[in-house]
Parts: sequence; structure tokens; C-alpha cells
Amino acid sequence: MGKIFKFHTDVDTDQIIASQYLLYPTVEEMKSHAFESLDDTFASRVQPGDYVVAAENFGCGSSREQAPAVLKALGVRAVVAKSFARIFFRNAINIGLPVIVCKELYDHVQDGEEMELSLTEGVATVHGERFTCTRLNPYMQQILNQGGLLASLNEEA
Amino acid sequence: MGMTLAEKIIASAAGVDSVRPGDIHTVELDLLMSNDGTTHLTIDMYNKLAHPHIADVDKLVWIVDHNCPSDSPKTAASQKKMRDFAKTHGITFYEGKGVCHQLMMENHVRPGQLIFGADSHTCAYGALGAFGTGVGCTDYLYAMVTGHSWVLVPESLKFNLHGRLNPGVTARDLILTIIGQIGANGANYKAMEFGGEGLATLTMSDRIAVCNLCVEAGAKTAVMEADRVALDYLTARGRTPKAVFHSDPDAVYAQTYDIDLGSIVPVVAKPHFVDQVVPATECRGIPIDEAFLGSCNNGRMEDLRAGAALLRGRKVADAVRFLVVPASGEVYRQALTEGLLKIFMEAGAIVMNPNCSVCWGSCQGVIGEGETLISTGTRNFKGRAGHPGSFVYLASAETVTASAILGEIATADRLPPVEG
Repeated sequence: MGKIFKFHTDVDTDQIIASQYLLYPTVEEMKSHAFESLDDTFASRVQPGDYVVAAENFGCGSSREQAPAVLKALGVRAVVAKSFARIFFRNAINIGLPVIVCKELYDHVQDGEEMELSLTEGVATVHGERFTCTRLNPYMQQILNQGGLLASLNEEA
Repeated sequence: MGMTLAEKIIASAAGVDSVRPGDIHTVELDLLMSNDGTTHLTIDMYNKLAHPHIADVDKLVWIVDHNCPSDSPKTAASQKKMRDFAKTHGITFYEGKGVCHQLMMENHVRPGQLIFGADSHTCAYGALGAFGTGVGCTDYLYAMVTGHSWVLVPESLKFNLHGRLNPGVTARDLILTIIGQIGANGANYKAMEFGGEGLATLTMSDRIAVCNLCVEAGAKTAVMEADRVALDYLTARGRTPKAVFHSDPDAVYAQTYDIDLGSIVPVVAKPHFVDQVVPATECRGIPIDEAFLGSCNNGRMEDLRAGAALLRGRKVADAVRFLVVPASGEVYRQALTEGLLKIFMEAGAIVMNPNCSVCWGSCQGVIGEGETLISTGTRNFKGRAGHPGSFVYLASAETVTASAILGEIATADRLPPVEG
């Protein structure tokens, strides 16, 4: 079980991690600023295993990989949204952060509710209600399963 | 079944006869651009690889432009890491020479190429008939090490341009209007292809402005056929195409739009989304604190000439900081030769070195709480130009300059005549 942190539509990567932190030497030094402009208590409240739930076009804007990276570094288990912007989506899979498309979930859950997510079944459960998520393309699922793109690089090289 | 321009470039890079939307192909990359926004993280990951290796160092172009010159010890350390690595490995490296996409267009991009850039506005390269797409640093590193990557073939949207833009209306007004029409995710996962007889009326600078901003509609890439205008630009810079592709007459598009260029008017994108587009006249009178003329979208000669033409004989409003930032050293020197920088400075503008500047909110010129910026930059997201409680309006070089003069959002036709 993890807690839901709910965000609106068109959340851009500047909101996930603002430009002025991107050139910090490491993601560890950036992560306390995640979502700062939208909720400056997020980084201190989020616990490993929690979830980010959003509406349409999550992660639009800049290609900064720091955006999924700070969420993963904070222990966010998955981002579940109605839809994702493509660069964020690809970056998240590449670093091994599950990004799940679920059209129904957003409108039926509240911020702070507990959620269970079966990544293998592709089902999210909140207050006993089950929400079926869209299956990832098998190619992308494979990258995610192996822990991200670089895992395969180390095997192949 | 015929193929679109984007599909042909992917097929070529994948070494196959044809591709269809939804296919996943392994493609060989022609160029790999990375800037100081993420390269320090790429290097850290590279150094942790079991077998670090660069497939073809000649394909790498690294550019320090985002926080240039550096603004803090942390930035300096990240850029030093990038500079040292580039030198050690013999990577083509620019620092202080301009905004990455402008430098790529001036010096590297060729029609028919498939290019990954660790920056979302890499889609600008479609202005030269190339498939450019933005990636993160993990994707970048994978391509840097292996020379290839995977691409999901996008569906294409076709924008047929007709007629020509009216005087005082710019390519930036055109692309902002299109983004306003289709929305911030209207082209998500898709390629935006521009054609029609109206394309021939657009200069290279116009085309770069159009393609560059397509990611603000979510596009994976933007493409235009390399016609005479594009090939002349290329030839003048001593380069030749890799390949010139044309869309097949029976190519399949997810949707086709017909755009009458003569119907486009000056527009403004209001805070905090690029698709919040309204006619500029609706925003007239909103007080501003700062104006920005620059960026990979609108920092070229045509933009500086348009701004300088309005400023000649006029002054920047007392309460406004007007930042003028040429997009590259080449643009800067040309503006100097033409006397434009003198006009800007005598009018009270602040002329700065080529860099991303306030467009990305972590360089010189960031704005404070409650302040308003009108900008030719790429984005107006909340906090994009500084404090989360500030406001960014996007507009053309003409509208930005007119606003700098009047101290409020204004269209150029509202400027009083120059005395004398």
C-alpha cells in the first residue's frame, strides 16, 4: 500500500523539478525540490512506495531526465496518469520508474488515499475498487522489467 | 501504402524499405547533441558502466548554453565535468558560442538525418528536413555507447500552409496559433509535417521557429521537406544533404489541417501554458516588468532586425528591463555589423551574450514574485522564468519589442510615430 499524491492535468517538468536545480551535481541533491512550485511539502511527506496520480499529459515540456529521476529517488513506486507526454514517459521507463496509463483512476480517487498497484496484473486498487490499467508495449515492459535501459547495456557490452 | 516524410527518415535510419506507425525499429543515429542541462548526469552514468565506450565520437556535439557563463560554484563544477570529458574524448564542444539548436542548424544538421538531442526543442531540426527528437540522458548515453537506439514510429499530422503571412505577422504567431488550436498534447507522440505552397514563403529562420516549438504541442518531431530555401541555406554553409526525402502522394496522416497564412494575426500565449493562445489585442495594457528577445525560437537576425526597426528613434520604457540575447555568436556579430546592437543599447536595452537566458529561468534575468515577463522564449510554465509566483507571456519579436517600449503588452501598430 502507498499513499496517493494527486496532481492535475498538463503538469510540466518545470513543476516536477525546476530549472535552477538541474545543474546540481547529483539527483540526490535535487530531490528535496520535487514539485516545489505546486506543493512545497511534497518532498518531505512522500514515502517510499507512494504513488503520483495525475490527469492528462503528465510530464509535458522539457526533456530533463531529472524529472522522473527525482521521483524515483524519493521512492515513488509508480506514476499513474490518464496520459503522459512522450519524453517523460520514455525517460521514466529508461530509468526503471513505472509509468502507468489508467484512464479511470484519476476521477475516482482522492489525494491522500491508500492505493495498491499490481504491476504484473496492471490493476490499481483503491478503497476496494479495482481499476484496470493499459498494458505497456512489450518492448517497453521488457526495459522496465530489467530495471531500465542501462541494465541491458551492461549485459550487452 | 505510401510513407510520410518522418516515416521515410526512420526507414532510412533503420535500413528497411518501409515502416508503419506503431512499429518499433532499431535506428542508427546520425548526430547526438547534448547540453549542460543534463550532460553532467550522462557522464556520471557513463563512468559507472561496466564497459564504457563511445561508438562514434564524430557524431557527438556538446554545447554549454543553458547557464552560460556559469552562475554558481555548483554549475561551474557540472560544466567543468562536461568540458573535461569532451576534451579527453575529442568531442566537438561549444561554450559561449550560442544556443544549442541554433549552433546545430548553423553547423551540423543535414537533411535526411535522424538526430537525438538531450533537449526537447531538438525538433527544430525538421526545418532542414531532418528528424530531430528530444531524449533524456539515459537514452542519450545508450545511443552514445551503441550508436543506435529504438524508435516507435509516430503517426504524422499534416499541416498544409496556404498563402502568405501579412506584414507584421510572424512565423511565431503561426506556430503559437497552431498550438493554441490543437492543444498542449494535440500532437503527443506524433510527427508534425508542414507543407503546402505557403511553406515556400517562409524563410529558414521562420521554419526553425515553427519546428522548434512543436514539442509544445507534445510532438515527437516536426519535419519539412528540404526545398530550395533549405538547400540554399545548407549550401551557403558548405554542407550537403544526407538525403532529401519527399512524402508520398498516398502517405497516410492521422489528420490533415489546412492553414491560411493570411488569416494569422499577432497572438500571445498567456500564463501558464503555451496553448493558452489569444489574439495579442486581448492582452493589450497588461503592465510588464521585463521583456526578452532571444532564445532558440526567436533570437535570429530576422528577429533582431524586427526589434531594432521598432526601437530606432524610440526608448525602452523606464520601468522595463529589455533583454536582447542573440541566439549565436554568428548572429551576434552580424547584428553588430548591421548596427543593431547599437540601436538596442542606445534605446536602453541590455544586450547579453548568446545563451538560453531567462527562457529557462536559471540564468541571468530571472524574474521575481509577482513580476511579469513578455518573452520570445519557448515556454511560459509556472515559474519557468524564475519565481513560481511570476507570469510569462509569449509573443513575437515585434510584440515583445513594442511592449518593451510602451511598458505594457502592446502590438507594434500601437506605437506612436517616431518624432523628427
